[in-house]
Amino acid sequence: MLQKNLTPPLLQVEGLRKWYPLGGGWFGKPAQNVKAVDGVSFEIRRGEVLSLVGESGSGKSTIGRAILNLDPPTAGQVHFDGEPLVGLSRRQMRPLRRAMQMVFQDPYSSLNPKHTVEELLSAPLEIHMPELTVQERRDRIDAVLKTVGLNPAHRSRYPHEFSGGQRQRIGIARALMTEPQLLVADEPVSSLDVSVQAQVINLLLELKQRLGLTMLFISHDLAVVGHISDRIAVMYLGRLVEIGDAESLLNNPRHPYTRALMAAVPNIDPRQRRPRELLKGDIPSPLSPPSGCAFRTRCPHAQSACASGVPELRFVERSHATACIRDDI
Amino acid sequence: MLDMNRFEPITAEHSDAPIGAENILDVRDLNVAFRTAGGTVHAVRDVSFSVRRGETLALVGETSSGKSVTCLGLLGLTPPAPYCTISGSARLAARDGQTYELVGSPERVMRRVRGGVASVIFQEPMTSLNPVHTVGAQICESLRIHLGMSGRAATDRAAELLNQVGISDPKRRLTNYPHELSGGMRQRVMIAMAIACEPSLLIADEPTTALDVTIQAQILELLQKLQSETRMAMIFITHNLGTVAEIADRVMVMYAGRIVEQADVVTLFTEPRHPYSRGLINSVPRLHSNRARKTPLFAIPGNVPDPAAHPPGCTFGPRCRHFEPGRCDAAVPNLDNAKPGHLVRCVRWPEIEGAA
Repeated sequence: MLQKNLTPPLLQVEGLRKWYPLGGGWFGKPAQNVKAVDGVSFEIRRGEVLSLVGESGSGKSTIGRAILNLDPPTAGQVHFDGEPLVGLSRRQMRPLRRAMQMVFQDPYSSLNPKHTVEELLSAPLEIHMPELTVQERRDRIDAVLKTVGLNPAHRSRYPHEFSGGQRQRIGIARALMTEPQLLVADEPVSSLDVSVQAQVINLLLELKQRLGLTMLFISHDLAVVGHISDRIAVMYLGRLVEIGDAESLLNNPRHPYTRALMAAVPNIDPRQRRPRELLKGDIPSPLSPPSGCAFRTRCPHAQSACASGVPELRFVERSHATACIRDDI
Repeated sequence: MLDMNRFEPITAEHSDAPIGAENILDVRDLNVAFRTAGGTVHAVRDVSFSVRRGETLALVGETSSGKSVTCLGLLGLTPPAPYCTISGSARLAARDGQTYELVGSPERVMRRVRGGVASVIFQEPMTSLNPVHTVGAQICESLRIHLGMSGRAATDRAAELLNQVGISDPKRRLTNYPHELSGGMRQRVMIAMAIACEPSLLIADEPTTALDVTIQAQILELLQKLQSETRMAMIFITHNLGTVAEIADRVMVMYAGRIVEQADVVTLFTEPRHPYSRGLINSVPRLHSNRARKTPLFAIPGNVPDPAAHPPGCTFGPRCRHFEPGRCDAAVPNLDNAKPGHLVRCVRWPEIEGAA
């Protein structure tokens, strides 16, 4: 335990904000801001899988992109391996990109259809490891293809010749080419068939163990997340509402939104059908979020006090924090 | 709540009972084939099933299992011949007692059926609503065409329907365009359109797949409420077994165009017989299984076969851990009766009982 605390976290996110200006003229202040991410802090230790869970519009994908500086944050700081990332130029980012890679949701639109697997996989090597010889590059492609469970003989095929699950393996292989330390996986299995989804989850778990990968796993599916995560962070309208060890959070969810998400996961046993606990309405517009706790408009436990002041994350256990003012639920 | 009394022995598969008494839809030997540049693709083969009044039949399968094509074929929404050929029979009973044969009927008849007797809701509510017409205009269209309602009466009825599907302030919503609504709201509008003419059969093709989990639960709840109010039959197409466990009365599992297993929902989840059904059920990640966490999930190896080049014999053979050369690849297995109402297409099902 002491050992763990001594090693600094691989990724540290502090007060991250991503606002998108809306309206307004060419000069002066924008009329409004869409606060997609509004003050999010967390860290990921080496070799750990942290999952970000939330519905569409919660800002989970925006965080993934902001961390990799693909969408520079509006405010806040991101430290990767101790180095600050915010404010770095593209050129300054380049050597760091090798260590942090991304796997995208849709394996159909994220692979260039005009490139063969070999071309897709050698692109990151040409940029990040130009010193490799042609033969070294080929060897590495073969090795990574084997790692993700694809046949190296298929290196000259095009993406359309593969099924959805195989394409996602190509996407993962591309992310692994540069031997990254951090993998940001944005809904990597949600567009896959059930039986194939299990294959890809197993692959990610295996890679984590074998290569010691650190992972930020973005998903809306709590059941998948529960399977893969060491820690889980739940987001609602741009803020974290709960974060903690997977075990503690799933066994003892403290925030009403986390509970609602868990209740919405269908039960696989038809003998245990029970009345659904439904959340009313939709996620509010991030343009005009409710005052105070953003979840209070849908929360079955809301009180008048919930409208005043945004609740801060507070610890309820040693490694489990929630942003709900009520202790009695 | 699950009412076990609804599960009487299901003998429809092999019976010739007259339609209308109980069965709303009776499908016999449905085949759908597409002519493509790479040869003929048999998307659906020898599919027979029936659905009763007030019953929900879940059609489960992965990509290219033929689950969606089955329903598109029934409604005549597949491309015209010679690009697509449909054979077999499908008889659908309307609420007024009239029976329609869906296979091979002229377009004039099918137009009466679609939206009137059988309606369908699709996965993506944004692409199935017309973006340039208001929600009201789209709901009223079906009321005017099928029920001959006048403008004012249709508008009033449309507002009632929106209210019924749980949309507040329905009068104002009628003047909204689809882009002004959230995903869940759009799906509610689609459902309102689908039930406008009180169809006897509702086909829901992955209606909750594109929605967030909390909204998904709302839509399932709504569909069940409407079904108990109107006693319509429902075919629920999905790849999500969790949803099936929650909503279905009976389940039909399809693989590569064929039915591989069919049973009532409790039997299917507690005593699945076909290795593919077992694999599907086992590969669903569960929320409350602490022991199983971070251990590998059960995964079915390999991929769904290319629909233009199916393996010989049992199409699941190459991915099956119980595959036995000489038996499984000899001929397509028959759909056996494992017990009354429980059909399995596997030559080895009696031997592999109890195995995972």
